[in-house]
Amino acid sequence: MSLVYAGVLSHAPGITGRANLVDNVAKRDEFYANLDTQRQQIKDAGAEALVVIAAEHFGNFFMDNMPAYCMGIGEFYEGPIEDPEWLKIARTKIPGAPDLGRRLVCEVMKTVDTAFAEEWKFDHGIMVPLNFLTPNYDLPVIPVNINCQGPPLTPLHRVWAFGEALRRACDSVPERIAVVGTGGISHWPATPDSGKINEEWDRDFLDRLMRNDKDALLAYTDEATYRDAGQGGFEIRTFIAIAAAAGGKGELQFYTAELPIFAVGCTVASFDLAA
Amino acid sequence: MSLYYLQKFLFQLNRDELAQERYGSDLDGLLGEFDLKEEEATALREGDIGLLYVLGVNGQILMHYAAFLGIEWFDYLDMMRKGIDKHGPVRAGVYTMTGGGSSFTEEEKHR
Repeated sequence: MSLVYAGVLSHAPGITGRANLVDNVAKRDEFYANLDTQRQQIKDAGAEALVVIAAEHFGNFFMDNMPAYCMGIGEFYEGPIEDPEWLKIARTKIPGAPDLGRRLVCEVMKTVDTAFAEEWKFDHGIMVPLNFLTPNYDLPVIPVNINCQGPPLTPLHRVWAFGEALRRACDSVPERIAVVGTGGISHWPATPDSGKINEEWDRDFLDRLMRNDKDALLAYTDEATYRDAGQGGFEIRTFIAIAAAAGGKGELQFYTAELPIFAVGCTVASFDLAA
Repeated sequence: MSLYYLQKFLFQLNRDELAQERYGSDLDGLLGEFDLKEEEATALREGDIGLLYVLGVNGQILMHYAAFLGIEWFDYLDMMRKGIDKHGPVRAGVYTMTGGGSSFTEEEKHR
């Protein structure tokens, strides 16, 4: 088995960009401490590469040619595309894993059609997680995007299939691979409603996710998610893909709706890896 | 189709440093490469976040544009609210306002 870690975490730009505006500093620092624990877990697992399943925000892909899924096979990447002062993450180069990425793509393609890309500019959706999980940018990264922004969006049962395909791909190579899914649960980001969080909906989703209850996770419709969890709720796709890849139950290490300045219910969790 | 090109303009601006330079030095030339209505071009010339939001620009694209313009976070939220006050509800897309213009953070309320 070469998948050695699977987890999820939030990626909202406020997590770094608005850190200085937070009233509840103790809760913010508790969140950061859990992210650092996740970094340590990935390191302790001996990960040689980090696959980040993200929901990018028009950093690379647009409606002129929007892939449902895309995997990075570049030698390096750059980010963030946003103003570094705004995100409070310095612009940098991030090492890729082109050979490993190609082998993973080939395996995934046996069951799920994925696009691939040798160029990729990371936005906050990947840079915020990397800022905490590999702050020295010394762990090769394979970015993965699931389109959660430009409808029509890929259906959830295909997200599950993609997660399973990624797992099979990881298990087909000798390298030790960590995968994280990064997105929001309920949130209304980048609107005047920024900071609105449906905590009850979040906790119900996280319960389904931690139980790794496939039927319950795939029961959501985009219409209901949009109504109850906002347009940001479409990003549950990244978390569901990780559940499918992991196969085991999850452990919710941290969740809070008490940091609305970050515009999302802040989440950190890891999963058991089913054989 | 015009909203498509309005968003494509911002998509390219947000990720392309050369386009960002031209935004400062040759904005009309840059705008001329996209099939935009006059209202859209004017909103881009003026950095009118409120109108762009109402026109239906995806919030993620708009947020990155606002950051590029150096607009502070709470000012960005206010600009969208004022855009709705002036122009009416968001006309397209999924980044609508559902909270009646309320703030959802204590940090914004007491700033």
